[in-house]
Amino acid sequence: MRTRPRPYTRALATASALALAATLSSCASGASESADSLTLIDPWVKTAAADGMTAVFGTLENPTDADVTVTGASSDAAGMVELHEVVDGTMQEKDGGFTVPAGGELSLEPGGLHLMLMALPEDILAGEEITVTLELADGSTLEFTAPAKDFDGGNEDYEGDSMDADHGEMDMGSSADPSDG
Amino acid sequence: MPDDRIRRGPSRRQLLLGGAAAGAGAAVALGADRALASPGPTADTAGVNGDRVTPFHGPHQAGVTSSPGAHATYLAFDLLPATDRAGLERWLRLLSDDAARITQGRGALADLEPELAVRPAGLTATFGVGPAAVALAGAEAPAWLGPLPGYAIDRLEDRWSGGDLLVLLHGDDPTSISHLARMLVRDSRAYGELRWRQSGFRRAYGSDPQGTTMRNLFGQVDGSRNPGPGDPEFDAAVWARDDAPAWLAGGTSLVLRRIAMDLEGWDAVDVAGRENAVGRRLSDGAPLTGGGEHDDIDPEATGPNGFTVINPAAHAARARETDPARRIVRLSYSYDDDVEPGALDSLGRPAVSNVGLLFGSWQADVAAQYVPVQDRLAEADLMNTWTTPIGSAVFAVLPGCEQGGFVGETLF
Ligand code: HEM
Ligand SMILES: [Cu+2]
Repeated sequence: MRTRPRPYTRALATASALALAATLSSCASGASESADSLTLIDPWVKTAAADGMTAVFGTLENPTDADVTVTGASSDAAGMVELHEVVDGTMQEKDGGFTVPAGGELSLEPGGLHLMLMALPEDILAGEEITVTLELADGSTLEFTAPAKDFDGGNEDYEGDSMDADHGEMDMGSSADPSDG
Repeated sequence: MPDDRIRRGPSRRQLLLGGAAAGAGAAVALGADRALASPGPTADTAGVNGDRVTPFHGPHQAGVTSSPGAHATYLAFDLLPATDRAGLERWLRLLSDDAARITQGRGALADLEPELAVRPAGLTATFGVGPAAVALAGAEAPAWLGPLPGYAIDRLEDRWSGGDLLVLLHGDDPTSISHLARMLVRDSRAYGELRWRQSGFRRAYGSDPQGTTMRNLFGQVDGSRNPGPGDPEFDAAVWARDDAPAWLAGGTSLVLRRIAMDLEGWDAVDVAGRENAVGRRLSDGAPLTGGGEHDDIDPEATGPNGFTVINPAAHAARARETDPARRIVRLSYSYDDDVEPGALDSLGRPAVSNVGLLFGSWQADVAAQYVPVQDRLAEADLMNTWTTPIGSAVFAVLPGCEQGGFVGETLF
Protein backbone atom coordinates (compact mmCIF):
# COMPACT_ATOMS: atom_id res chain seq x y z
CA MET A 1 0.00 0.00 0.00
CA ARG A 2 1.23 3.48 -0.80
CA THR A 3 1.00 6.09 1.86
CA ARG A 4 2.40 9.56 1.99
CA PRO A 5 5.50 9.43 4.15
CA ARG A 6 4.12 11.82 6.73
CA PRO A 7 3.38 10.70 10.27
CA TYR A 8 -0.21 11.93 10.33
CA THR A 9 -1.24 10.06 7.24
CA ARG A 10 0.61 6.94 8.20
CA ALA A 11 -1.45 6.56 11.35
CA LEU A 12 -4.67 6.73 9.37
CA ALA A 13 -3.66 5.04 6.16
CA THR A 14 -6.54 3.16 4.62
CA ALA A 15 -7.09 1.23 1.45
CA SER A 16 -8.40 4.43 -0.11
CA ALA A 17 -4.93 5.96 -0.06
CA LEU A 18 -3.98 3.62 -2.83
CA ALA A 19 -6.85 4.65 -5.04
CA LEU A 20 -6.26 8.32 -4.33
CA ALA A 21 -2.68 8.24 -5.55
CA ALA A 22 -2.33 9.56 -9.06
CA THR A 23 -2.57 6.94 -11.69
CA LEU A 24 0.57 7.19 -13.67
CA SER A 25 1.27 5.35 -16.83
CA SER A 26 4.55 4.98 -18.53
CA CYS A 27 4.36 5.91 -22.18
CA ALA A 28 7.68 4.38 -23.04
CA SER A 29 8.45 0.69 -22.59
CA GLY A 30 11.51 -1.03 -21.14
CA ALA A 31 12.28 -2.64 -17.83
CA SER A 32 14.50 -0.13 -16.10
CA GLU A 33 13.17 3.25 -17.08
CA SER A 34 12.73 6.00 -14.52
CA ALA A 35 9.10 6.43 -15.54
CA ASP A 36 8.31 2.95 -14.27
CA SER A 37 9.07 3.85 -10.70
CA LEU A 38 8.40 7.58 -10.28
CA THR A 39 4.94 8.48 -8.98
CA LEU A 40 3.14 11.76 -8.45
CA ILE A 41 0.89 11.74 -5.40
CA ASP A 42 -2.15 14.00 -5.10
CA PRO A 43 -1.62 16.17 -8.20
CA TRP A 44 -3.86 19.20 -8.71
CA VAL A 45 -3.90 22.28 -10.90
CA LYS A 46 -5.06 25.75 -10.02
CA THR A 47 -8.05 26.94 -12.08
CA ALA A 48 -7.23 29.60 -14.67
CA ALA A 49 -8.70 31.60 -17.52
CA ALA A 50 -7.75 31.10 -21.18
CA ASP A 51 -4.54 32.89 -22.26
CA GLY A 52 -3.42 33.00 -18.66
CA MET A 53 -1.00 30.81 -16.81
CA THR A 54 -1.32 28.45 -13.89
CA ALA A 55 0.55 25.76 -12.00
CA VAL A 56 0.37 22.05 -11.21
CA PHE A 57 1.31 20.77 -7.76
CA GLY A 58 1.74 17.38 -6.10
CA THR A 59 4.40 15.19 -4.52
CA LEU A 60 6.88 13.24 -6.65
CA GLU A 61 8.05 10.00 -5.09
CA ASN A 62 11.05 8.00 -6.15
CA PRO A 63 11.37 4.63 -4.38
CA THR A 64 14.39 3.54 -6.46
CA ASP A 65 18.02 3.78 -5.39
CA ALA A 66 18.93 6.20 -8.15
CA ASP A 67 18.02 9.87 -8.49
CA VAL A 68 15.38 10.63 -11.13
CA THR A 69 15.31 13.97 -12.91
CA VAL A 70 12.28 15.56 -14.56
CA THR A 71 13.59 17.60 -17.49
CA GLY A 72 10.40 18.89 -19.07
CA ALA A 73 6.64 18.59 -19.33
CA SER A 74 3.80 19.13 -21.77
CA SER A 75 0.01 19.24 -21.66
CA ASP A 76 -2.91 19.61 -24.04
CA ALA A 77 -4.23 22.18 -21.60
CA ALA A 78 -1.25 24.52 -22.13
CA GLY A 79 0.68 25.94 -25.09
CA MET A 80 3.85 25.65 -23.05
CA VAL A 81 4.87 24.01 -19.78
CA GLU A 82 7.97 25.00 -17.78
CA LEU A 83 9.56 23.66 -14.61
CA HIS A 84 9.59 26.51 -12.11
CA GLU A 85 11.02 27.35 -8.75
CA VAL A 86 10.24 30.34 -6.53
CA VAL A 87 13.21 32.39 -5.34
CA ASP A 88 12.59 35.39 -3.06
CA GLY A 89 8.94 35.45 -4.01
CA THR A 90 9.64 35.42 -7.73
CA MET A 91 9.31 32.39 -9.90
CA GLN A 92 11.74 31.39 -12.59
CA GLU A 93 12.74 28.35 -14.60
CA LYS A 94 14.59 25.78 -12.56
CA ASP A 95 18.01 25.04 -14.00
CA GLY A 96 18.61 21.34 -14.47
CA GLY A 97 14.97 20.35 -13.92
CA PHE A 98 13.50 18.67 -10.83
CA THR A 99 15.68 15.99 -9.29
CA VAL A 100 13.83 13.53 -7.08
CA PRO A 101 16.40 11.96 -4.76
CA ALA A 102 16.81 8.19 -4.60
CA GLY A 103 14.37 6.78 -2.05
CA GLY A 104 12.95 10.25 -1.47
CA GLU A 105 10.30 12.69 -2.53
CA LEU A 106 10.02 16.17 -3.96
CA SER A 107 7.10 18.46 -3.20
CA LEU A 108 5.63 20.68 -5.86
CA GLU A 109 3.68 23.22 -3.82
CA PRO A 110 2.46 26.83 -3.84
CA GLY A 111 5.43 29.07 -3.12
CA GLY A 112 7.88 26.37 -4.20
CA LEU A 113 8.56 24.11 -7.14
CA HIS A 114 5.74 23.73 -9.66
CA LEU A 115 4.92 22.87 -13.25
CA MET A 116 4.04 26.17 -14.94
CA LEU A 117 1.28 25.92 -17.52
CA MET A 118 1.40 28.88 -19.92
CA ALA A 119 -0.51 30.09 -22.97
CA LEU A 120 -3.65 28.23 -21.98
CA PRO A 121 -5.86 27.59 -25.00
CA GLU A 122 -9.00 27.33 -22.84
CA ASP A 123 -10.24 28.01 -19.34
CA ILE A 124 -9.29 25.39 -16.80
CA LEU A 125 -12.51 24.99 -14.82
CA ALA A 126 -12.91 23.85 -11.24
CA GLY A 127 -13.31 20.08 -11.08
CA GLU A 128 -12.03 19.55 -14.61
CA GLU A 129 -9.19 17.06 -15.09
CA ILE A 130 -6.21 17.96 -17.22
CA THR A 131 -3.57 15.58 -18.53
CA VAL A 132 0.12 16.36 -18.17
CA THR A 133 3.14 14.42 -19.46
CA LEU A 134 6.48 14.58 -17.67
CA GLU A 135 9.72 14.04 -19.59
CA LEU A 136 12.49 12.37 -17.62
CA ALA A 137 16.25 12.55 -18.11
CA ASP A 138 16.48 9.03 -19.54
CA GLY A 139 13.95 9.90 -22.24
CA SER A 140 11.00 8.07 -20.71
CA THR A 141 7.73 9.89 -20.06
CA LEU A 142 5.03 9.80 -17.40
CA GLU A 143 1.44 10.82 -17.96
CA PHE A 144 -0.94 11.83 -15.16
CA THR A 145 -4.22 13.65 -14.69
CA ALA A 146 -4.78 16.47 -12.21
CA PRO A 147 -8.14 17.91 -11.11
CA ALA A 148 -8.50 21.68 -11.09
CA LYS A 149 -9.19 23.50 -7.85
CA ASP A 150 -10.03 27.13 -7.14
CA PHE A 151 -7.21 28.41 -4.98
CA ASP A 152 -6.29 31.90 -3.82
CA GLY A 153 -2.59 31.27 -3.21
CA GLY A 154 0.30 30.71 -5.60
CA ASN A 155 0.38 34.23 -7.06
CA GLU A 156 4.14 34.68 -7.28
CA ASP A 157 5.68 37.18 -9.68
CA TYR A 158 7.18 35.73 -12.81
CA GLU A 159 10.50 37.27 -13.77
CA GLY A 160 10.16 36.03 -17.34
CA ASP A 161 6.95 37.96 -17.73
CA SER A 162 8.16 41.29 -19.17
CA MET A 163 4.82 42.10 -20.80
CA ASP A 164 3.21 42.40 -17.44
CA ALA A 165 5.97 44.47 -15.86
CA ASP A 166 3.61 47.22 -14.75
CA HIS A 167 1.79 44.87 -12.48
CA GLY A 168 3.49 44.22 -9.18
CA GLU A 169 2.05 40.74 -9.18
CA MET A 170 1.36 38.28 -11.91
CA ASP A 171 -1.75 36.33 -11.20
CA MET A 172 -0.84 32.96 -12.57
CA GLY A 173 -4.24 31.51 -11.95
CA SER A 174 -7.00 34.07 -12.20
CA SER A 175 -10.31 32.38 -11.54
CA ALA A 176 -12.19 30.89 -14.41
CA ASP A 177 -15.38 31.11 -12.39
CA PRO A 178 -18.16 31.24 -14.98
CA SER A 179 -20.05 33.62 -12.72
CA ASP A 180 -17.30 36.19 -13.23
CA GLY A 181 -18.32 36.45 -16.85
CA MET B 1 -21.95 -3.13 32.38
CA PRO B 2 -24.46 -0.38 31.68
CA ASP B 3 -26.56 -1.45 34.68
CA ASP B 4 -23.64 -0.97 36.99
CA ARG B 5 -23.02 2.44 35.64
CA ILE B 6 -26.60 3.56 36.05
CA ARG B 7 -26.70 2.39 39.64
CA ARG B 8 -23.38 3.91 40.50
CA GLY B 9 -24.00 7.19 38.66
CA PRO B 10 -26.50 8.85 41.00
CA SER B 11 -24.60 7.96 44.14
CA ARG B 12 -21.40 9.47 42.81
CA ARG B 13 -23.22 12.54 41.64
CA GLN B 14 -24.76 13.01 45.07
CA LEU B 15 -21.36 12.76 46.66
CA LEU B 16 -20.02 15.34 44.25
CA LEU B 17 -22.88 17.73 44.86
CA GLY B 18 -22.61 17.29 48.61
CA GLY B 19 -18.89 17.80 48.33
CA ALA B 20 -19.24 21.04 46.44
CA ALA B 21 -21.04 22.47 49.46
CA ALA B 22 -18.82 20.79 52.00
CA GLY B 23 -15.55 21.98 50.45
CA ALA B 24 -12.60 19.74 51.13
CA GLY B 25 -14.90 16.85 52.02
CA ALA B 26 -15.61 16.36 48.33
CA ALA B 27 -12.30 14.82 47.40
CA VAL B 28 -12.39 12.45 50.33
CA ALA B 29 -15.96 11.36 49.59
CA LEU B 30 -15.25 10.85 45.89
CA GLY B 31 -12.15 8.87 46.68
CA ALA B 32 -14.10 6.59 48.99
CA ASP B 33 -16.72 6.00 46.31
CA ARG B 34 -14.07 5.13 43.75
CA ALA B 35 -12.42 2.74 46.13
CA LEU B 36 -15.66 0.86 46.78
CA ALA B 37 -16.91 0.59 43.20
CA SER B 38 -15.11 -0.86 40.22
CA PRO B 39 -12.87 1.77 38.55
CA GLY B 40 -14.98 4.72 37.44
CA PRO B 41 -14.84 6.38 34.02
CA THR B 42 -11.39 7.71 33.30
CA ALA B 43 -10.23 10.48 31.04
CA ASP B 44 -9.44 9.53 27.46
CA THR B 45 -5.75 10.38 27.80
CA ALA B 46 -4.83 8.64 24.54
CA GLY B 47 -7.30 10.59 22.42
CA VAL B 48 -8.48 7.36 20.83
CA ASN B 49 -11.72 8.74 19.43
CA GLY B 50 -9.93 11.30 17.26
CA ASP B 51 -8.53 8.58 15.01
CA ARG B 52 -11.91 6.94 14.48
CA VAL B 53 -12.57 6.76 10.73
CA THR B 54 -15.98 6.10 9.22
CA PRO B 55 -15.45 4.76 5.69
CA PHE B 56 -16.64 7.20 3.04
CA HIS B 57 -17.30 4.70 0.28
CA GLY B 58 -20.12 2.18 0.13
CA PRO B 59 -23.60 1.59 -1.28
CA HIS B 60 -25.13 4.15 1.09
CA GLN B 61 -23.74 7.46 2.26
CA ALA B 62 -21.95 7.12 5.58
CA GLY B 63 -23.79 9.94 7.33
CA VAL B 64 -27.03 7.98 7.03
CA THR B 65 -25.68 4.60 8.11
CA SER B 66 -23.47 5.73 10.99
CA SER B 67 -24.75 6.76 14.39
CA PRO B 68 -25.00 10.54 14.76
CA GLY B 69 -21.86 12.28 15.97
CA ALA B 70 -21.88 14.84 18.74
CA HIS B 71 -21.82 17.77 16.31
CA ALA B 72 -23.53 18.44 13.00
CA THR B 73 -23.34 21.14 10.37
CA TYR B 74 -25.80 21.43 7.51
CA LEU B 75 -24.84 23.47 4.43
CA ALA B 76 -27.29 24.31 1.65
CA PHE B 77 -26.23 25.82 -1.65
CA ASP B 78 -28.08 27.47 -4.51
CA LEU B 79 -26.86 26.73 -8.02
CA LEU B 80 -25.30 29.75 -9.70
CA PRO B 81 -27.21 30.76 -12.86
CA ALA B 82 -24.19 29.95 -15.05
CA THR B 83 -23.83 26.39 -13.76
CA ASP B 84 -24.69 23.91 -16.49
CA ARG B 85 -25.03 20.13 -16.40
CA ALA B 86 -21.29 19.54 -16.85
CA GLY B 87 -20.57 22.14 -14.18
CA LEU B 88 -22.85 20.36 -11.72
CA GLU B 89 -20.99 17.13 -12.38
CA ARG B 90 -17.60 18.81 -11.87
CA TRP B 91 -18.87 20.36 -8.64
CA LEU B 92 -20.11 17.03 -7.27
CA ARG B 93 -16.78 15.42 -8.15
CA LEU B 94 -14.88 18.09 -6.24
CA LEU B 95 -17.12 17.78 -3.20
CA SER B 96 -16.80 13.98 -3.10
CA ASP B 97 -13.05 14.19 -3.40
CA ASP B 98 -12.79 16.63 -0.49
CA ALA B 99 -15.10 14.50 1.64
CA ALA B 100 -13.41 11.20 0.73
CA ARG B 101 -10.06 12.59 1.87
CA ILE B 102 -10.93 14.65 4.93
CA THR B 103 -13.34 12.11 6.46
CA GLN B 104 -10.47 9.59 6.24
CA GLY B 105 -8.10 11.90 8.12
CA ARG B 106 -6.13 13.24 5.16
CA GLY B 107 -5.89 16.76 3.82
CA ALA B 108 -7.86 17.61 0.68
CA LEU B 109 -6.14 18.61 -2.55
CA ALA B 110 -4.98 22.24 -2.34
CA ASP B 111 -5.41 21.99 1.42
CA LEU B 112 -2.91 24.15 3.24
CA GLU B 113 -4.20 23.02 6.64
CA PRO B 114 -4.06 19.22 6.31
CA GLU B 115 -3.19 19.06 10.02
CA LEU B 116 -6.81 19.94 10.79
CA ALA B 117 -8.00 16.77 9.07
CA VAL B 118 -6.07 14.30 11.20
CA ARG B 119 -8.74 13.84 13.89
CA PRO B 120 -11.85 12.85 11.95
CA ALA B 121 -13.52 11.41 15.07
CA GLY B 122 -16.07 9.58 12.94
CA LEU B 123 -16.62 12.50 10.56
CA THR B 124 -19.10 11.83 7.76
CA ALA B 125 -20.32 13.90 4.81
CA THR B 126 -23.70 13.26 3.21
CA PHE B 127 -24.91 14.94 0.03
CA GLY B 128 -28.43 15.60 -1.18
CA VAL B 129 -30.04 17.42 -4.09
CA GLY B 130 -33.14 19.55 -4.54
CA PRO B 131 -35.42 19.62 -7.57
CA ALA B 132 -33.40 22.21 -9.50
CA ALA B 133 -30.22 20.13 -9.37
CA VAL B 134 -32.07 17.00 -10.47
CA ALA B 135 -33.61 18.92 -13.37
CA LEU B 136 -30.23 20.38 -14.35
CA ALA B 137 -28.77 16.88 -14.49
CA GLY B 138 -31.66 15.91 -16.75
CA ALA B 139 -32.82 13.19 -14.36
CA GLU B 140 -36.33 12.32 -13.30
CA ALA B 141 -37.32 13.73 -9.89
CA PRO B 142 -39.36 11.70 -7.41
CA ALA B 143 -42.85 13.19 -7.01
CA TRP B 144 -42.21 14.10 -3.38
CA LEU B 145 -39.09 16.19 -4.08
CA GLY B 146 -40.15 19.76 -3.33
CA PRO B 147 -41.29 21.93 -0.43
CA LEU B 148 -43.63 20.37 2.13
CA PRO B 149 -47.24 21.52 2.13
CA GLY B 150 -47.66 24.74 4.14
CA TYR B 151 -48.96 24.31 7.69
CA ALA B 152 -50.80 26.75 9.93
CA ILE B 153 -48.14 26.19 12.63
CA ASP B 154 -45.32 27.26 10.25
CA ARG B 155 -43.49 30.56 10.53
CA LEU B 156 -40.95 29.69 7.88
CA GLU B 157 -38.10 32.02 7.01
CA ASP B 158 -36.35 31.90 3.67
CA ARG B 159 -32.92 32.06 5.30
CA TRP B 160 -33.46 28.61 6.85
CA SER B 161 -35.38 27.02 3.99
CA GLY B 162 -34.89 25.46 0.57
CA GLY B 163 -31.69 24.91 -1.36
CA ASP B 164 -30.45 23.08 -4.47
CA LEU B 165 -27.65 21.06 -2.90
CA LEU B 166 -27.31 19.88 0.67
CA VAL B 167 -24.36 18.70 2.73
CA LEU B 168 -24.72 17.21 6.19
CA LEU B 169 -21.50 16.84 8.15
CA HIS B 170 -21.58 15.04 11.45
CA GLY B 171 -18.89 13.69 13.73
CA ASP B 172 -17.50 14.03 17.22
CA ASP B 173 -14.94 16.75 16.49
CA PRO B 174 -16.06 20.28 15.59
CA THR B 175 -12.62 21.25 14.29
CA SER B 176 -12.60 18.58 11.60
CA ILE B 177 -16.21 19.44 10.72
CA SER B 178 -15.22 23.08 10.35
CA HIS B 179 -12.28 22.19 8.15
CA LEU B 180 -14.29 20.00 5.80
CA ALA B 181 -17.08 22.60 5.66
CA ARG B 182 -14.54 25.22 4.70
CA MET B 183 -13.09 23.07 1.92
CA LEU B 184 -16.55 22.28 0.55
CA VAL B 185 -17.57 25.93 0.55
CA ARG B 186 -14.30 26.89 -1.14
CA ASP B 187 -14.76 24.25 -3.82
CA SER B 188 -18.33 25.42 -4.43
CA ARG B 189 -17.38 28.95 -5.41
CA ALA B 190 -17.50 28.32 -9.15
CA TYR B 191 -20.86 26.57 -9.15
CA GLY B 192 -22.94 27.39 -6.10
CA GLU B 193 -23.62 30.00 -3.49
CA LEU B 194 -24.03 29.17 0.17
CA ARG B 195 -27.71 29.65 0.98
CA TRP B 196 -27.69 28.75 4.67
CA ARG B 197 -25.61 27.01 7.25
CA GLN B 198 -27.01 25.46 10.42
CA SER B 199 -25.05 23.79 13.19
CA GLY B 200 -26.23 21.73 16.10
CA PHE B 201 -24.97 19.54 18.88
CA ARG B 202 -25.72 16.72 21.22
CA ARG B 203 -23.81 15.87 24.36
CA ALA B 204 -20.07 15.83 23.82
CA TYR B 205 -18.39 12.56 22.97
CA GLY B 206 -17.63 10.65 26.15
CA SER B 207 -20.19 12.46 28.34
CA ASP B 208 -22.84 9.77 28.01
CA PRO B 209 -22.33 6.03 27.67
CA GLN B 210 -22.51 5.16 24.00
CA GLY B 211 -26.04 4.56 22.75
CA THR B 212 -27.68 6.89 25.29
CA THR B 213 -30.70 8.64 23.79
CA MET B 214 -30.11 12.38 23.43
CA ARG B 215 -31.90 15.01 25.46
CA ASN B 216 -33.22 18.07 23.67
CA LEU B 217 -33.09 21.52 25.27
CA PHE B 218 -36.51 21.05 26.87
CA GLY B 219 -34.77 18.32 28.86
CA GLN B 220 -36.77 15.57 27.15
CA VAL B 221 -35.31 12.22 26.26
CA ASP B 222 -35.69 12.55 22.49
CA GLY B 223 -35.38 9.57 20.15
CA SER B 224 -36.39 6.62 22.34
CA ARG B 225 -38.67 5.09 19.72
CA ASN B 226 -36.39 5.95 16.85
CA PRO B 227 -34.89 3.05 14.86
CA GLY B 228 -31.11 3.30 14.58
CA PRO B 229 -28.74 2.23 11.80
CA GLY B 230 -28.57 -1.56 11.83
CA ASP B 231 -32.15 -2.05 13.06
CA PRO B 232 -34.35 -3.84 10.50
CA GLU B 233 -36.98 -1.08 11.02
CA PHE B 234 -34.35 1.43 9.93
CA ASP B 235 -33.78 -0.21 6.56
CA ALA B 236 -37.52 -0.64 5.97
CA ALA B 237 -38.15 3.04 6.60
CA VAL B 238 -35.14 4.69 5.01
CA TRP B 239 -33.95 3.27 1.70
CA ALA B 240 -35.53 4.33 -1.58
CA ARG B 241 -37.98 1.75 -2.90
CA ASP B 242 -38.68 0.30 -6.32
CA ASP B 243 -40.99 3.17 -7.22
CA ALA B 244 -38.15 5.70 -6.90
CA PRO B 245 -36.04 6.71 -9.94
CA ALA B 246 -33.11 4.35 -10.52
CA TRP B 247 -30.52 7.02 -9.68
CA LEU B 248 -31.84 7.11 -6.12
CA ALA B 249 -31.43 3.37 -5.43
CA GLY B 250 -29.40 3.14 -2.21
CA GLY B 251 -30.41 6.70 -1.35
CA THR B 252 -33.17 8.20 0.74
CA SER B 253 -34.64 11.61 1.50
CA LEU B 254 -34.03 14.19 4.17
CA VAL B 255 -36.55 16.61 5.59
CA LEU B 256 -34.87 19.25 7.72
CA ARG B 257 -37.11 21.39 9.90
CA ARG B 258 -35.64 24.14 12.04
CA ILE B 259 -37.97 24.27 15.02
CA ALA B 260 -37.69 27.08 17.58
CA MET B 261 -38.33 26.05 21.17
CA ASP B 262 -39.88 28.55 23.60
CA LEU B 263 -37.87 27.94 26.75
CA GLU B 264 -39.53 30.80 28.61
CA GLY B 265 -43.01 29.45 27.90
CA TRP B 266 -41.81 25.96 28.84
CA ASP B 267 -40.57 27.37 32.17
CA ALA B 268 -44.18 28.09 33.08
CA VAL B 269 -45.17 24.41 32.80
CA ASP B 270 -44.80 22.00 35.72
CA VAL B 271 -43.45 18.47 35.42
CA ALA B 272 -46.91 16.89 35.11
CA GLY B 273 -47.84 19.32 32.33
CA ARG B 274 -44.57 18.69 30.52
CA GLU B 275 -44.96 14.92 30.69
CA ASN B 276 -48.59 15.19 29.59
CA ALA B 277 -47.50 17.10 26.47
CA VAL B 278 -45.43 14.16 25.22
CA GLY B 279 -46.88 11.13 27.01
CA ARG B 280 -43.52 10.15 28.47
CA ARG B 281 -41.64 10.74 31.71
CA LEU B 282 -39.00 13.44 31.83
CA SER B 283 -36.71 11.55 34.19
CA ASP B 284 -36.05 8.58 31.93
CA GLY B 285 -38.32 8.90 28.88
CA ALA B 286 -40.47 5.91 29.87
CA PRO B 287 -44.12 5.92 28.69
CA LEU B 288 -46.64 7.31 31.21
CA THR B 289 -48.38 3.95 30.75
CA GLY B 290 -45.39 2.12 32.23
CA GLY B 291 -42.41 0.12 31.05
CA GLY B 292 -38.92 1.27 30.19
CA GLU B 293 -37.54 4.04 28.00
CA HIS B 294 -37.67 2.05 24.78
CA ASP B 295 -41.17 0.66 25.28
CA ASP B 296 -44.12 1.82 23.23
CA ILE B 297 -46.78 4.04 24.76
CA ASP B 298 -50.22 2.51 25.24
CA PRO B 299 -52.64 5.14 23.94
CA GLU B 300 -55.68 3.08 25.01
CA ALA B 301 -54.76 2.44 28.65
CA THR B 302 -57.13 4.25 30.99
CA GLY B 303 -56.60 5.63 34.48
CA PRO B 304 -58.89 5.52 37.56
CA ASN B 305 -61.02 8.37 36.18
CA GLY B 306 -61.77 6.46 32.98
CA PHE B 307 -59.77 8.79 30.73
CA THR B 308 -56.78 7.55 28.76
CA VAL B 309 -53.53 7.91 30.70
CA ILE B 310 -51.90 9.42 27.64
CA ASN B 311 -53.55 12.59 26.43
CA PRO B 312 -54.83 11.94 22.89
CA ALA B 313 -53.19 15.21 21.85
CA ALA B 314 -49.82 14.27 23.39
CA HIS B 315 -46.91 14.50 20.95
CA ALA B 316 -46.06 10.78 21.03
CA ALA B 317 -49.70 9.79 20.66
CA ARG B 318 -50.08 11.99 17.57
CA ALA B 319 -46.70 11.17 16.03
CA ARG B 320 -46.78 7.43 16.62
CA GLU B 321 -46.87 5.19 13.54
CA THR B 322 -47.07 1.42 13.83
CA ASP B 323 -46.57 0.45 10.16
CA PRO B 324 -42.78 0.04 9.70
CA ALA B 325 -43.01 1.09 6.05
CA ARG B 326 -44.67 4.37 7.06
CA ARG B 327 -42.33 5.31 9.89
CA ILE B 328 -39.71 8.03 9.72
CA VAL B 329 -36.21 7.93 11.19
CA ARG B 330 -35.35 11.05 13.15
CA LEU B 331 -31.94 12.69 13.39
CA SER B 332 -32.11 15.62 15.78
CA TYR B 333 -29.54 18.13 16.93
CA SER B 334 -30.04 21.03 19.30
CA TYR B 335 -29.11 24.55 18.37
CA ASP B 336 -28.35 27.37 20.81
CA ASP B 337 -27.58 30.48 18.82
CA ASP B 338 -27.09 34.15 19.62
CA VAL B 339 -30.25 36.07 20.43
CA GLU B 340 -31.18 38.14 17.40
CA PRO B 341 -31.27 41.91 17.83
CA GLY B 342 -34.78 43.07 18.73
CA ALA B 343 -36.18 39.55 19.22
CA LEU B 344 -38.97 39.19 21.81
CA ASP B 345 -39.92 36.09 23.80
CA SER B 346 -43.42 34.57 23.99
CA LEU B 347 -44.32 37.00 26.78
CA GLY B 348 -43.27 40.04 24.77
CA ARG B 349 -40.08 40.68 26.72
CA PRO B 350 -36.64 41.09 25.13
CA ALA B 351 -35.62 37.54 24.22
CA VAL B 352 -32.85 35.91 26.22
CA SER B 353 -32.69 32.62 24.34
CA ASN B 354 -32.65 31.42 20.74
CA VAL B 355 -32.75 27.65 20.92
CA GLY B 356 -34.45 24.81 19.16
CA LEU B 357 -34.08 21.61 17.26
CA LEU B 358 -32.56 20.90 13.87
CA PHE B 359 -35.17 18.23 13.29
CA GLY B 360 -33.94 15.91 10.55
CA SER B 361 -35.88 12.98 9.19
CA TRP B 362 -34.83 10.18 6.85
CA GLN B 363 -37.48 8.34 4.89
CA ALA B 364 -37.81 6.51 1.58
CA ASP B 365 -40.76 8.64 0.50
CA VAL B 366 -41.55 12.06 1.96
CA ALA B 367 -45.18 12.05 0.82
CA ALA B 368 -45.94 8.56 2.12
CA GLN B 369 -44.04 8.78 5.40
CA TYR B 370 -43.20 12.29 6.56
CA VAL B 371 -46.22 14.27 5.42
CA PRO B 372 -48.87 12.12 7.19
CA VAL B 373 -47.06 12.54 10.54
CA GLN B 374 -46.56 16.24 10.00
CA ASP B 375 -50.25 16.61 9.01
CA ARG B 376 -51.32 15.00 12.27
CA LEU B 377 -48.94 17.09 14.36
CA ALA B 378 -49.95 20.33 12.65
CA GLU B 379 -53.59 19.50 13.30
CA ALA B 380 -53.15 18.74 16.99
CA ASP B 381 -50.09 18.31 19.20
CA LEU B 382 -49.78 19.74 22.69
CA MET B 383 -46.12 20.45 21.98
CA ASN B 384 -47.13 23.03 19.37
CA THR B 385 -47.70 25.45 22.22
CA TRP B 386 -43.94 25.75 22.70
CA THR B 387 -42.49 24.81 19.32
CA THR B 388 -42.53 26.75 16.03
CA PRO B 389 -41.15 25.54 12.68
CA ILE B 390 -39.07 28.40 11.25
CA GLY B 391 -37.17 26.57 8.51
CA SER B 392 -37.98 23.73 6.13
CA ALA B 393 -36.12 21.95 3.36
CA VAL B 394 -36.48 18.66 1.48
CA PHE B 395 -33.70 16.86 -0.38
CA ALA B 396 -33.17 13.61 -2.21
CA VAL B 397 -30.20 12.00 -0.46
CA LEU B 398 -27.95 10.37 -3.03
CA PRO B 399 -26.68 6.80 -2.85
CA GLY B 400 -23.07 6.26 -1.86
CA CYS B 401 -20.22 5.67 -4.30
CA GLU B 402 -17.26 3.35 -4.58
CA GLN B 403 -13.61 4.36 -4.81
CA GLY B 404 -12.94 6.23 -8.02
CA GLY B 405 -16.58 7.32 -8.26
CA PHE B 406 -18.37 10.33 -6.81
CA VAL B 407 -21.59 10.88 -4.95
CA GLY B 408 -24.16 11.97 -7.53
CA GLU B 409 -22.67 9.99 -10.43
CA THR B 410 -25.95 8.12 -10.86
CA LEU B 411 -27.63 11.38 -11.94
CA PHE B 412 -25.54 11.65 -15.11
C1 HEM C 1 -39.08 20.84 18.62
C2 HEM C 1 -39.83 19.89 18.10
C3 HEM C 1 -39.98 18.49 18.67
C4 HEM C 1 -39.66 18.02 19.91
C5 HEM C 1 -39.10 18.80 21.09
C6 HEM C 1 -39.97 16.62 19.91
C7 HEM C 1 -39.83 15.77 21.01
C8 HEM C 1 -40.18 14.44 21.02
C9 HEM C 1 -40.10 13.59 22.17
C10 HEM C 1 -39.62 14.01 23.54
C11 HEM C 1 -40.55 12.36 21.82
C12 HEM C 1 -40.67 11.12 22.71
C13 HEM C 1 -39.48 10.23 22.72
C14 HEM C 1 -39.21 9.51 21.44
O1 HEM C 1 -39.84 8.51 21.09
O2 HEM C 1 -38.36 10.00 20.71
C15 HEM C 1 -40.88 12.42 20.42
C16 HEM C 1 -41.36 11.36 19.67
C17 HEM C 1 -41.64 11.43 18.33
N1 HEM C 1 -41.63 12.56 17.55
FE1 HEM C 1 -41.10 14.41 18.12
N2 HEM C 1 -40.45 16.26 18.68
C18 HEM C 1 -40.48 17.38 17.90
C19 HEM C 1 -40.89 17.46 16.59
C20 HEM C 1 -41.30 16.40 15.83
C21 HEM C 1 -41.68 16.48 14.44
C22 HEM C 1 -41.66 17.75 13.58
C23 HEM C 1 -42.01 15.23 14.07
C24 HEM C 1 -42.45 14.72 12.70
C25 HEM C 1 -43.07 15.42 11.82
C26 HEM C 1 -41.84 14.36 15.20
C27 HEM C 1 -42.07 13.00 15.19
C28 HEM C 1 -41.95 12.18 16.28
C29 HEM C 1 -42.18 10.75 16.24
C30 HEM C 1 -42.55 9.94 15.02
C31 HEM C 1 -42.01 10.28 17.54
C32 HEM C 1 -42.14 8.83 18.03
C33 HEM C 1 -43.51 8.58 18.53
C34 HEM C 1 -43.68 7.14 19.00
O3 HEM C 1 -43.56 6.24 18.18
O4 HEM C 1 -43.94 6.95 20.18
N3 HEM C 1 -41.42 15.11 16.27
N4 HEM C 1 -40.65 13.71 19.96
CU1 LIG D 1 5.68 29.56 -12.28
